[in-house]
Amino acid sequence: MKDLISINCVKLLIPALFYTCVCSSSVEQKIYVELNQTVPCVRLLNATHQIGCQSSMSGDTGVLHVLETESDLDWILSSGPHPPYMVILETSFFNRSVMMRMKNSSRVAGVAVIVSKTGLADNFSPHTTCPNQNTGVYSENYGPDLANCNVTVWNPFGNGLSYEDFAFPVFALKDENQTQVIRKCYEDHNQRVNGSAPQYPLCAMQLFSHMHAVTDTVTCMRRTDLQNRFSINPEVLCDPLSDFNVWTSTRPLNNSAKGHAADESVVIAATRLDGRSFFWEQAPAAEGTVSGIVTLLAAIQALYPVTQEAPPTRNIFFSFFQGEAFDYIGSSKMVYDMKRNDFVIDLDNVHSMLEIGQVGLHSGRSLWMHSDPISRQNNSVDTEVSEMMDRMRSAAAGLKLTVDHPSVSQPLPPSSFQRFLRERQIPGLVLTDHNTSFINRYYESMYDDAENLNVTYPPGLTPDEQLVYETDAAKSLAEVATLVARSLYVQAGGNESNLNNITADPKTVAQLLYGFVIQKNNSWFRSLLPPEVTKKGVNSILSSGPPQFYIGLGPRVHGPAHSVTRFVQYILANLTGSVTNLTESQCQNPSELSTENKDLFSYFWVSGPASVNSTSEPFCVRASVRLSKAVSPAFELLEYGSRNYSTWTESRWKSIRARIFLVASRELEMLTLGVGVAVLLLSLLVTYFISSKAELLFSSARETPTTTY
Amino acid sequence: MTVAVFFGCTFIAFGPAVALFVFTIARDPLRVIFLIAGAFFWLVSLLLSSLVWFITVQISNKNSATQQTGLLIFGVVLSVLLQETFRYGYYRLLKKANEGLLALSQEDTMPISIRQLAYVSGLGFGFMSGAFSVVNILSDSLGPGTVGIHGDSQHYFISSAFMTLAIILLHMFWGVVFFESCERQRWWALGAVVLSHLVVSCVTFVNPHYQGSLIPTYIILSVMAAWAYLCAGGSLRNLKLCLTCKDKDFLLANHRPR
Repeated sequence: MKDLISINCVKLLIPALFYTCVCSSSVEQKIYVELNQTVPCVRLLNATHQIGCQSSMSGDTGVLHVLETESDLDWILSSGPHPPYMVILETSFFNRSVMMRMKNSSRVAGVAVIVSKTGLADNFSPHTTCPNQNTGVYSENYGPDLANCNVTVWNPFGNGLSYEDFAFPVFALKDENQTQVIRKCYEDHNQRVNGSAPQYPLCAMQLFSHMHAVTDTVTCMRRTDLQNRFSINPEVLCDPLSDFNVWTSTRPLNNSAKGHAADESVVIAATRLDGRSFFWEQAPAAEGTVSGIVTLLAAIQALYPVTQEAPPTRNIFFSFFQGEAFDYIGSSKMVYDMKRNDFVIDLDNVHSMLEIGQVGLHSGRSLWMHSDPISRQNNSVDTEVSEMMDRMRSAAAGLKLTVDHPSVSQPLPPSSFQRFLRERQIPGLVLTDHNTSFINRYYESMYDDAENLNVTYPPGLTPDEQLVYETDAAKSLAEVATLVARSLYVQAGGNESNLNNITADPKTVAQLLYGFVIQKNNSWFRSLLPPEVTKKGVNSILSSGPPQFYIGLGPRVHGPAHSVTRFVQYILANLTGSVTNLTESQCQNPSELSTENKDLFSYFWVSGPASVNSTSEPFCVRASVRLSKAVSPAFELLEYGSRNYSTWTESRWKSIRARIFLVASRELEMLTLGVGVAVLLLSLLVTYFISSKAELLFSSARETPTTTY
Repeated sequence: MTVAVFFGCTFIAFGPAVALFVFTIARDPLRVIFLIAGAFFWLVSLLLSSLVWFITVQISNKNSATQQTGLLIFGVVLSVLLQETFRYGYYRLLKKANEGLLALSQEDTMPISIRQLAYVSGLGFGFMSGAFSVVNILSDSLGPGTVGIHGDSQHYFISSAFMTLAIILLHMFWGVVFFESCERQRWWALGAVVLSHLVVSCVTFVNPHYQGSLIPTYIILSVMAAWAYLCAGGSLRNLKLCLTCKDKDFLLANHRPR
């Protein structure tokens, strides 16, 4: 019997030793599981409102509950016995009705949305139904019956979730492994057995995303100014959204000569560079933005050799505007600079404008040219616009495309061209794949990705093979690019006999599509970018996955501009620039050389293509590509409550993180406190009793007076 | 777990110790000094034993679990032996200091007896030992979560608090018995103190089966309490008299002129 006990003791001891030694490096690790891949929703402010999500200063804690059915929603909102709840939202339930019901409830501590394609609804757009309705050209003074989407609702699937203000944190769970950990904790502890409530301890989650800015931009900037003036350690509460526009031209423009450029008549070809979604820095924007960027880049590549050999009469000015999702930040800044003679050209130089909108989903259908009916009431504008449309139709006739003008008299869709129209009635067109409302069912959402643009590759290809594989989407966008290039050439006064030489290269389009919607860290992008960018570590702009098109804030870790802006800049340099044999130091300071002109060109030191055996040989590229600052004029004029310009700012925060753990019942906690107080009082009583009777209790010591201790 | 659990566990762990301090030590500055010095001695013993353990862990194979468990057992045993060594060292120091104090004091009798010193030093050891055992755990109990997501027992905080309570009181009793046995040259008693300390420390290896560690510890606590009471000059008769409140007659009857 003794042996059995001792053997059992030993058997108990050894696993206990294993257990304590393997698991117990810190008490905190026993309690919390940190969730590292967190995607929060942050607070943005404009002149009058705040949107987005906010947690309390020390995080919001709630008992986990997975929302999979309607009865789960009732449990969370009314019948569940352990409020507040932290809701794990399945994809199919991430819609306006559920979110609004939770917004008004005090029993919801926060929401974590599972982002996946399973259960995804047929359409989901968190943007508003009428994007940028207050900062376009249509208002009470200009086409009042066309304003506020009275005629055409551009984004009919929009539920406006991105523009709601939530008082609880909303995070997105994108990592499948992490979602699995959360689900396991929920299944182990929080499952309802036979309809009865689960027992403590329960699995809970805590989300931290405390935002510093409140109310609106005016308040936030006022408080920031007060801090800057009176505090020793000024704390900035919010930052304006800002980045850079990218522009180039077929004939180089003198960058140091601002204001009206003599003898220059310019055709502007523009598109947008940014997108957004409900969550911070998540914006794949494939159909919404990438289709336009890729089309315009391919058109530039197609046009460039012809415009050098047989230059058209007018200059063609290509512009990529950043921040268009947020009330036209980039285009309003460029127009503002043009008005103040602070740009290389001004509005008198502009002859006409062609904007590329969303053009990715037109296959099998026709493309549409939108024009502004109000400005066309002016005869000269109307004739020019009609001529533009005719030129485009004839250019399309040679290709397998049809372009048409919408039959209904409708306003322009949301586009940068509207900001130009606010200043001057310029003839112009917006080319899109939608006749009335957007075809894009996931406009400005996280699901507007490669799949939405029909960019799919056959299985079994290596990344390098995928880079050059010409998908159907690439071929159709190449056709659109050819159409755009030919129309621009004729619009700029070029000779129609040269049109057959203008063809967009489908291979370039395929490479651009791969880089912008599948994987930005590919061999072609690496060859275009400077060596220090390609060599950096974790925070490099060439991290894995597709680029995100959210505009973000000013100076960044890896350079002054956003990653997408840099990509477009260097791609343009590659497509339109010429190789020089300058050394690196000469490339940084070309003004020292007499043959180089810093006013007309920019000089880029790029990596060059890397082959398997050797590393790349960097070289200097000269191109007429430039960046111009894209920050809303409201921040230069210090009119933070401006109604005319974008006033969007992003709040600052200290820490954004999430963790899960178990919580014990309130009764157990109170019991512990009660026991503690009882022990304290009892020990005080007993000690008082003993110390007062010490003479008596320890008196046998005094029986032997001889010993002194 | 939250503020309630934090305060509950703090009161459980440090309640008796604080009560003892307030009623018996706080009024006499000399006792306070000796208490703090005792705490410091314990701290030095911990420093030495942790230094040895740290060095051995660095030179050991970190991937081998059996080696790490063996090192942990070795560390615990070494720490216990070092603590008792320092307790003996403190005893020798106090004996020497007592002679000096007698020379300096203006009275004929000792300002503090060796019995009182034993009690104070034991309590000092206990305070510092309890602090190091439980303060780390208490700070983590302030957050919203409780132990258990990886499958550990939920009662981690409260059993740590009770264990600390036992350890603090045990250190006090060990101090009394240790000094008494050093005075009387009863080396078997000394060995018994060291052995009981080793048993209490090693029995914590059966955690998370907290019954397996707390029950033997409290049994040893009660045995040591009785032994310390007897060493300090108590007897069963005194206890009976005290509890039945016949003390007034007893005191009067036993009053002797000094």
